[in-house]
Amino acid sequence: MFDRHLGKRPTLGELAKLIRSKNAGAFTLTFDVMFETEEVYREVLRSGVLTKTVFAALYRVPEEDVMFFTHDAARAIKISIPRPAIQGDRDDGDMYGGQQHAPLVDLQLPE
Amino acid sequence: MVEVRVLSASGQIGSGFMESSFARGISLRPHVIGCDAGSTDAGPYYLGSGKPHFPRAGVKRDMRLMMLGRQQAGVPLIIGSCGFAGGDAGVDWMLDIVREIAMDEGLSFSLATVRSEQDKDYLKNCLREGRITPLHPAPPISEAIIDRSAHIVGMMGHEPIARALGRGADVVLCGRATDTSLFATVPLTMGAGAGPAWHAAKILECGTAATVIRKRPDSIMAWIRDDHFDIEPMDLESRCSPQSVASHTLYENADPFLISEPDGTIDCSASRYEALDDRAVRVHGSRFIPSGRTTIKLEGAERAGCQAVIIAGVREPYILRQLDGWLDAMRQRFATRVEEIFGGRVRSDDYDIHVRVYGRDGVMGRLEPLADQMGHEVGLLFTITAPDEPTVDSIAKTFAHFALHYPIPEWGGLISGLAFPMAPAHVIRGEVFRFNLNHIVTPEDPLEMFRIELLDV
Repeated sequence: MFDRHLGKRPTLGELAKLIRSKNAGAFTLTFDVMFETEEVYREVLRSGVLTKTVFAALYRVPEEDVMFFTHDAARAIKISIPRPAIQGDRDDGDMYGGQQHAPLVDLQLPE
Repeated sequence: MVEVRVLSASGQIGSGFMESSFARGISLRPHVIGCDAGSTDAGPYYLGSGKPHFPRAGVKRDMRLMMLGRQQAGVPLIIGSCGFAGGDAGVDWMLDIVREIAMDEGLSFSLATVRSEQDKDYLKNCLREGRITPLHPAPPISEAIIDRSAHIVGMMGHEPIARALGRGADVVLCGRATDTSLFATVPLTMGAGAGPAWHAAKILECGTAATVIRKRPDSIMAWIRDDHFDIEPMDLESRCSPQSVASHTLYENADPFLISEPDGTIDCSASRYEALDDRAVRVHGSRFIPSGRTTIKLEGAERAGCQAVIIAGVREPYILRQLDGWLDAMRQRFATRVEEIFGGRVRSDDYDIHVRVYGRDGVMGRLEPLADQMGHEVGLLFTITAPDEPTVDSIAKTFAHFALHYPIPEWGGLISGLAFPMAPAHVIRGEVFRFNLNHIVTPEDPLEMFRIELLDV
């Protein structure tokens, strides 16, 4: 299915319909990665490009703080972590938590 | 078989909906009209200050159409989390708008306010009795923290709303309520299945967020029965798909399958989503698992001081090479200047100067994996917080000048190391607040934390 990329391994951003982050209340950040088709969703899960371990390493948070879900009906991967700063506190730079997903966009599928 | 039709005017009062969509909803004979008015999403300022997030004119436009639709349909209208934070000030603000519309349109009806702002002595007593427990993650709680909160609200479930409706209210203005409870109340009262009622409510509360492509905030309707519900957007050009509806439980929830409510948990793990046609979706298999007790979530905000901001750019390569060291050193040295100005009246822990570096890690802070990469320029956002406005004004003015000329060893002579895009360099933002509670109360009675008042309008 990745022929169109002519040998270059696709990124999660190229394969997903939507990658987003958002507050889930004032104390939790949540990340959604959603796919248009069952085929792409399954392929991404099989590839291991985004797992609990990958996420914890990328965001440098303890793996035990990462909630990781796959949601078949929504064809989505969902991840939640405690907010590094409480929403709106001095150290919080993203009131809605809407720009924290960026590092996921360029994740490249492994060989 | 019972069928309860619930019309959600919009995901947020004040964000709008199309008159034609709402009118179509009314023509489909809803049993209740609901609209959510609040959130914590915009930050602690709204709960702390008691000020609304959406402009009065936009809220009045939406509320007028809903009140006229309610009059026509002869069914209750329920507004949740009035005034955004759902404090008493928000309920009063909404009540004033409702009275104005009623006067303009010559409407009269029975109205209930259900207030959810909490009494501090009540909460301190709950704390002493061990009836307040932290959620994860939660900041520490103490009687002192309760005392210094500007406002604390409890999120009501469906019971107080059901009580207000039972007493004959046509319009219910709720303080802070769970987004779902205002939509679940009538279906539960009329005997629809609890699983479908709560899951449908979760979809309804965001208006058209569960559509395939959300063109704009708009109206959506659910038909809730014993063991399933149907959902359909009211604009005929908008549509729901099984995936768009299934995806909605992801939005703003930590767990996409389990959603906590005051009396139990919505469990969507066995939900099945089926297209009824190309615009409507049927959902089977949703469950509500009662917890056997009521727990009320608290939201609190306390004043964090008065704040000023300074925006500045840095392009100088020598400064960029030692940016953190330069910023740290200037703030340390500045403490001496504060001592001089205030003669010791303002101590170093009375004020705070924070800096965010845009172009490096300004957006993600310590989550940023690329924090070691920096471009040829950065934007700096200084936030200066102090107890009151005169103090923060003095500190910000002095700091802007002090920081502008703070030296680096590479240059021998006076430098101007910050590019200010505006004058004055600082802007006073006013009072700021912080969220200070993520806890639940186990009340003795599910109604004891909420005050219901009936009024004739």
